[in-house]
Amino acid sequence: MKIRTLAATAAIAALALTTAACGGNSNPSSSSSAGSDASGSGGTITYWASNQGTSLDNDKQVLTPQLEKFTKQTGIKVNLEVIGWNDLQTRIQTAVTSGQAPDVVNIGNTWAASLQSTGAFMPFDDAAFKAIGGKDKFVKTAMDTGGAPGQDPTSVPVYGLAYGLYYNKAMFSAAGLTPPNNWEDLVTDAKKLTSGGKYGFALAAGSYTENAHFAFINAAQNGADLFDKDGKPTFSSDGVVTGIERYLDLMQKDKVVNIGNAQYDNGTKAVNDFATGKVAMILNQNNADNSIVANGMTSDKYGVVPFPAPSNASAQTASHVAGINLSIFKNTKNQDAALKFVNFMTSAETQTALGKPFSSLPVLNAATPNFTDNADEAKTFSDIYATKSKPLPLVPAEDQFESTVGKAMNQMFATIASGGTVSTDDIRTAMKTAEQQVAAAG
Amino acid sequence: MAVATAPTITTEAPPASPPKRRRPRPSGWWLPYALLAPAIVFELVIHVIPMVTGIWMSFLKLTKAFISNWGNAPVTGLKNYQVALDFNGAVGSALLQSFLVTCAFTVLVVGISWTLGMAAAVALQGKFFGRGFFRTLFLVPYALPMYAGIIAWKFMLQKDTGAINHFVYDNLGVGGEKPFWLIGNNSFAAVVVVAIWRLWPFAFLMLMAGLQSIPTDVYEASAVDGAKPFRQWRSITLPMVRPVNMVLLLVMFLWTFNDFNTPFVLFGNAQPPAGDLISFHIYNASFLTWNFGSGAAMSVMLLLFLLLVSGIYLIVLNRRSQRA
Amino acid sequence: MRETNGSKAFRVIVVSLLTVFTVVPIYVMTTSAMKPLSDVQGPFTWWPTSVTFAPFIDMWKTVPLASYFVNSVIVAGAATILSLVIAVFAAYAISRYRFRGRSVFSTTILSTQMFPGVLFLLPLFLIFVNVNSAVGIQLVGTRAGLVVTYLTFSLPFAIWMLAGYFDGIPRDLDEAAKVDGNGPMGALWRVVLPAARPGLVAVAIYSFMTSWGEVLFASVMTTDANRTLAVGLQLYSTQTNVYWNQIMAASLVVSIPVVVGFLLLQRNFVAGLTAGAVK
Repeated sequence: MKIRTLAATAAIAALALTTAACGGNSNPSSSSSAGSDASGSGGTITYWASNQGTSLDNDKQVLTPQLEKFTKQTGIKVNLEVIGWNDLQTRIQTAVTSGQAPDVVNIGNTWAASLQSTGAFMPFDDAAFKAIGGKDKFVKTAMDTGGAPGQDPTSVPVYGLAYGLYYNKAMFSAAGLTPPNNWEDLVTDAKKLTSGGKYGFALAAGSYTENAHFAFINAAQNGADLFDKDGKPTFSSDGVVTGIERYLDLMQKDKVVNIGNAQYDNGTKAVNDFATGKVAMILNQNNADNSIVANGMTSDKYGVVPFPAPSNASAQTASHVAGINLSIFKNTKNQDAALKFVNFMTSAETQTALGKPFSSLPVLNAATPNFTDNADEAKTFSDIYATKSKPLPLVPAEDQFESTVGKAMNQMFATIASGGTVSTDDIRTAMKTAEQQVAAAG
Repeated sequence: MAVATAPTITTEAPPASPPKRRRPRPSGWWLPYALLAPAIVFELVIHVIPMVTGIWMSFLKLTKAFISNWGNAPVTGLKNYQVALDFNGAVGSALLQSFLVTCAFTVLVVGISWTLGMAAAVALQGKFFGRGFFRTLFLVPYALPMYAGIIAWKFMLQKDTGAINHFVYDNLGVGGEKPFWLIGNNSFAAVVVVAIWRLWPFAFLMLMAGLQSIPTDVYEASAVDGAKPFRQWRSITLPMVRPVNMVLLLVMFLWTFNDFNTPFVLFGNAQPPAGDLISFHIYNASFLTWNFGSGAAMSVMLLLFLLLVSGIYLIVLNRRSQRA
Repeated sequence: MRETNGSKAFRVIVVSLLTVFTVVPIYVMTTSAMKPLSDVQGPFTWWPTSVTFAPFIDMWKTVPLASYFVNSVIVAGAATILSLVIAVFAAYAISRYRFRGRSVFSTTILSTQMFPGVLFLLPLFLIFVNVNSAVGIQLVGTRAGLVVTYLTFSLPFAIWMLAGYFDGIPRDLDEAAKVDGNGPMGALWRVVLPAARPGLVAVAIYSFMTSWGEVLFASVMTTDANRTLAVGLQLYSTQTNVYWNQIMAASLVVSIPVVVGFLLLQRNFVAGLTAGAVK
């Protein structure tokens, strides 16, 4: 039938065209990012920034003076787009797929190994490192997150973040307690503080990313790894399972966490509880300060200590190395300009300028954090970031670890909250399922 | 092809139209094709080609490593399908469960939404003071940005701070522990209620338009003959909105089955198994884990299932209308 | 009139129940829009303990709401008009003509509704990028790209529904118009469309609302300059805080024009447009 064959032919032709073009994505001339034509003396680059401040607009206001400074120094113009976290990963995916990408992009540093395996990002070789001031200027734990070990990293750190245990000074002194420095004390303290409608702890028990982070941290404290050296998941090993168990037990056995926290799908709710005096302790990254203060609690009313490990722990890991890295797309037409930009963003003055509005820890060695006026807090976080943190597994399947293990923990918290029990065997079974899911997605 | 007669929509009330005469009409034969042409072009580019691409993707191992260069992605044939259908494995059993939850969800939501929409359309059929106000009021949930409406429900369904629990337990004084609505088994009820809240105004809108095309004298004539309202509804209203109804029910079924936004906004990342709808499940299996081949395979299976159901639906209905 | 006591009671019960079901969440939205942020995050109270209109002011600044609103109106409006025109032609063809390929077309567009929308995203993005390199028309990051996408999303349902509404209009009317000397287009314009007015309005509303509320494709296909409302609302949830009260306030404010539109349009849902036309 005429129409049918016509339609079919058109469809096939168009599909063939699409496929042919798909295959040639590595060819830079077939795809160009919107603003990266070399016009003007220094050219223009496109930069996708992530949301680090209080709103996208705030990010723009903070970054624009810095970008203008950069343009004055180098003559290179920067097209800035700030993208919210809801969309950033999808935007990066479409950019990688279609080749229509910016020159420089912020990435969550836990994505580094995953994104590296797509092959769409420029590896930083010796020449590139020279152009940005040398590999050694970065804090080692931060630089380790740049990509999988044994290969040139495809990202460099720009903002640092780390977990800390925030505690309410008034509630602690009223109960005659000092901040805990091991896990057992943490639990005892929390139990003492759980009374009269107040709880010792608030957890983002419904947030799969937070849950996954603590599965990792606790496993690290037990000396266990999440992936073996071949990249196969080892979630059901004892170290990981016991680590998860003690985290769940905060709600299940120790009962120092309100069961309603199983609904907290992001950290801001736990922070609110803390700032309004409903709980005595929270675990949060150092960018909680803005929210805490915004909710009415001044910075002298709370203190921070590293997240404690059990007294028989193999390692005093208190946090994973959190933060943001910068990546350059491989098909950029302005590699020199992009490198100059990365150099600028990771220079000491820019780091200091952005540290306060973005509540970030500096990624450069020997820099003092300025995200808070509280010197003790600054020192504690610096120390955690440089000495007590470990990068999340640097494997392409890292994001699958987060989604499978994290979501399994969500379910376990939900079971506990609804009155059920989660035994060690339940945890192990759930971890075995997670391993299968990661293997199947291989 | 299986669905030979797609929408042979028949009407009952109007008198027989002039018999179809197959006389050659050289001057007008191209007209239907010309009328269809713009629709065909847009559909091809925006819907059909991406769908075909999606089907092709399902035969590839299209993961992170290959996404920037599809030409290199290894062809794995039916492997993605095998993994998805292996109901003993982690992926397959989760998919099956999600599928069953979605079936139950769809039947409830479509059934109740349609009933409410029809009830409201009938109730507002006759003129009365305030009819215009209520018509607009009932469409307001449809007018609200979907995100905000679902967020409002999310507020209301919170365990300790939500309006629903506050009303039942604090205001009415019912005893016991306040239940969770957004996690655990109750989450199914929550997602059903929210989906109905959003869908029924749409059914109402379409049925209202359909009902308004029915001339009032038909009702008056039957009332003179002594017909009660329910009888009138069954014998006049229902048959006369049949063309609209057939499409409406099918489309409501398809959209509800594929509903992504409601669970996504309501549950966010913490999707409880009791509320794990298949569209989000597939998104999880593909976009979030960069395993596009697997997600495409699941989508194709979903497509086949829905084609089957729609085909059966249309055949059964056409047979009914031919018998009638 | 056929008003019996039974049908009056039915109406009262149905309308009351549905009113409560509809209004309670809207009430929650409205009161949340007037509470300070800490109250919104705290325990729920039916009556706000402190009322503030600050969210209605702050919401314009936290997120460039005004420009998003304009973008949404332009995109949804254009998509609706184009979609309606194309759908009317296609539906007329399906309803009034029996031609070869009719069932293929109908089944194909029906099957587009069966694929989870999420999976169209990557292929569609690729197509747009390739169109750009082949023909030079920039579709990604423009309103035009969104308009093209949205009008196509609403086409299948629009065509199906309009074909259904058209089928309910007796062919006698068409014949009567042709006797008066009109061609098929004249019959469409003079007779079928006016009689199908409730259907047209319903489908136009559907088309508009589909484009108005779509989030996934808008988030990927737009840049800051042409971002739409649906995506913009999610930006109130930021790194440090979620401004629930502003989200509610923004949603209410941007819905007002839409609701006013509904109010004005509902005049079109008038009974008996076909009665007495064929005499």
